Amino acid sequence: MSSSPERLLLALAGLVVAAAASAQSVAVSGIGRPATPKELAAWDIDVRPDFKGLPKGSGSVAQGMDLWESKCAACHGVFGESNEVFSPLVGGTTKQDVQTGRVARLTDPSFPGRTTLMKVATVSTLWDYIYRAMPWNAPKSLKPDEVYALTAYLLNLAHVLPDDYTLSDGNIAQVQQRMPNRLGMTTNHGLWPGRTMGNGGKPDVRAVACMNNCVTEPTVASYLPDHARNAHGNLAEQNRMVGPQHGADTSRPAGAAQSAQATPPSQVPTAASGASTQALARKLNCLTCHGIDNKVVGPGLREVGSKYAGRDDAADYLAKKILSGGSGVWGSIPMPPQSIPPADAKALAQWIASGAKP
Amino acid sequence: MSDNFPASGRVIKAPETFLSKEGIRTVFAEGKRGRRDFIRSAFAAAVAGAAAPAAMAQSNPVPAEGGDPKILELPAHSTGLGQGVATDGYGKPSKYEANVQRRQSPGLTQTTQSSVSFAPLQSLFGIVTPSGLHFERHHQGWWDIDPSKHRLMVNGSDPKLLKTPMVFTMDELMRLPMVSRFHFIECGANTGMEWGNVAVPTVQYSHGMISCSEFTGVPLRVVLDLCGVDYRRARYVLGEGADGSSMTRTIPMEMVESGEVLLAYGQNGEMLRPENGYPLRLVVPGVQGVSWVKYLRRIEVGDKPWATKDEAVHYIDLMPDGKHRQYSSIQECKSVVTTPSGGQVLLDKGFYNISGLAWSGRGKVTKVDISVDGGRNWRPARLETPVLSKCLTRFNLDWVWDGKPALVQSRATDETGYVQPTFRQLRAVRGTRSIYHNNAIQTWLVQDSGEVKNVQLS
Repeated sequence: MSSSPERLLLALAGLVVAAAASAQSVAVSGIGRPATPKELAAWDIDVRPDFKGLPKGSGSVAQGMDLWESKCAACHGVFGESNEVFSPLVGGTTKQDVQTGRVARLTDPSFPGRTTLMKVATVSTLWDYIYRAMPWNAPKSLKPDEVYALTAYLLNLAHVLPDDYTLSDGNIAQVQQRMPNRLGMTTNHGLWPGRTMGNGGKPDVRAVACMNNCVTEPTVASYLPDHARNAHGNLAEQNRMVGPQHGADTSRPAGAAQSAQATPPSQVPTAASGASTQALARKLNCLTCHGIDNKVVGPGLREVGSKYAGRDDAADYLAKKILSGGSGVWGSIPMPPQSIPPADAKALAQWIASGAKP
Repeated sequence: MSDNFPASGRVIKAPETFLSKEGIRTVFAEGKRGRRDFIRSAFAAAVAGAAAPAAMAQSNPVPAEGGDPKILELPAHSTGLGQGVATDGYGKPSKYEANVQRRQSPGLTQTTQSSVSFAPLQSLFGIVTPSGLHFERHHQGWWDIDPSKHRLMVNGSDPKLLKTPMVFTMDELMRLPMVSRFHFIECGANTGMEWGNVAVPTVQYSHGMISCSEFTGVPLRVVLDLCGVDYRRARYVLGEGADGSSMTRTIPMEMVESGEVLLAYGQNGEMLRPENGYPLRLVVPGVQGVSWVKYLRRIEVGDKPWATKDEAVHYIDLMPDGKHRQYSSIQECKSVVTTPSGGQVLLDKGFYNISGLAWSGRGKVTKVDISVDGGRNWRPARLETPVLSKCLTRFNLDWVWDGKPALVQSRATDETGYVQPTFRQLRAVRGTRSIYHNNAIQTWLVQDSGEVKNVQLS
């Protein structure tokens, strides 16, 4: 066949495509290596709703209760009800919900909070998350049997499982059928960026861009009350010191004349002493459970300081308590022993004993 | 411009000193230059003493001695020797910028390790968030991980979903084909505190869980190809972090196939900051921040979604019928005026530049309109370049404030034609308890005192 103009064009087009492709991609090879079975076992810990990935094992409600008291109650409360550190885990579900698979309280706008067990539809989610991320300060330290036990205890607190239940890989699929909110999820929305779920990306709100004499929302319906004016700190110190607008001096009442002066950055606290020990307390996570002034899980640090103010050995005593832990002095929730350098414990104890000043 | 004196309102003297000798001289000088209308209105304001903004500009009058001491008396930096090069091997902002900080919202969380800090949008320019001001969201505390010891593993929910599960070092990932792209990242809960009512005073707290960076990395698709993924069956991807929380999220394979999902190590010309996932994080453009898994250690491909904690307990949207929307991921079109904004004070009447940010998780922003009368009338704003897909877009508009209360709003439209809704429109569909995905039009009330307040209309 002789070469026709069409063929010539096709050949040229082919060259162009080839050139574009070669600019784009040279085969990548020799990068990365196969993962070993041992490596996969160490990291592939996820558990899906169909229980793919779930290790074999079992644990009872009773075992879960013991683990809970030592490893979980400090943050989540004895009954999983505490909101002092995290959102409550348990509460708001009923025996009726276990039957229907929908948590009735979710339709009640006056019900104050939403606990984990009111929301979660899949028992695999609880198992997976406890296994990968709990306890808070020692994630991935629980054995599979312990995770079964803790999951059983949580579900027992919510009246999903009876007191004498032992949860295992063999019966967890039946437990799924008792989850209070198991029918409470929907993927019928437009916010999934793929084609395999949802409604194909269709938005649920359709606004139009009117330009003139538009219908407005007529009244100011909500604003911060004056007493909350300074709740986020002085806003004058949260804006650049120059510019077309300055920050409002919210340490003064609304309507008070604002200063024309630029507001310079607050003084950085001088190094040493208080500020640095407080930073240490933060770094060592003391402030997760203790406020400076207020009780969180444990007592406020200044409360502790004032309780022992009369004792000469207060700093030594407190350093010992930090390292060895204790319970009963400030309530029933124990403080676990802290594995921190003794010098840090001593610095913290001296700071607390002298009033935890910044 | 309709106003007859659109020059800066800041040079107008404060009313109580307006009729000083100097002022009178100025007024006559202005009069000779033919600005009688301006003078008449200025006199009227001064005489009545009405609507005087409580906040005065840094007054910039000519002092009696004939000049500003800041000009006449030369400062040390004009008369001495300054500092040498490399005084600071990695430079920092001016000490006078120390007010510009990311901040926590008091009382929002009880721990700092599972918490949020908000970017100071009121003080930022353009579209790039300085890496040190990028908002933070940690689930179990942040880490500074030795990149030479970091590994990425890729495997399948079942072995048949790919030919070879593999592991990669950072050296290897950084050898792979590299792309750099600008994208916004917004937490799904950004503006979440405002669903029911006004809860926070400033744009930092109402909208500060958004940031925008140039990210550099390798498209995830390249790495999945190396592992021989069966794209026909593996329609979902799980990202997993290496930190204590080992955060996991499901993302759709369609987004990986499009080449837009990145394994990113670079951010704004440097490596990722530790608070933002150093040395490796997922970039999932247009999708809420929780899916951009930090300290990324593992990718799993699968044939079903995972219902992880952050897609089964959190980041689910409660609807009025008591059901939760699960796997809601796209951040819909949204905008906010960043200056003037809540907690700021306009220094005087006169000219201002209204400036703000717009974005869409579905593509490019095509239009932003501004209203200063609570949504009755709108004017199109100027969009600054570049305008990029799934990226912040900066908008600006001239405005002359007449000293009367004004309700300032912005409304963005994206390339799909989607228009940012009002609170009323959004709540009519989703109620007030959703927490997530609040993209309603924000209203700032400029009071006659010049102080700006966060308000909601209904």
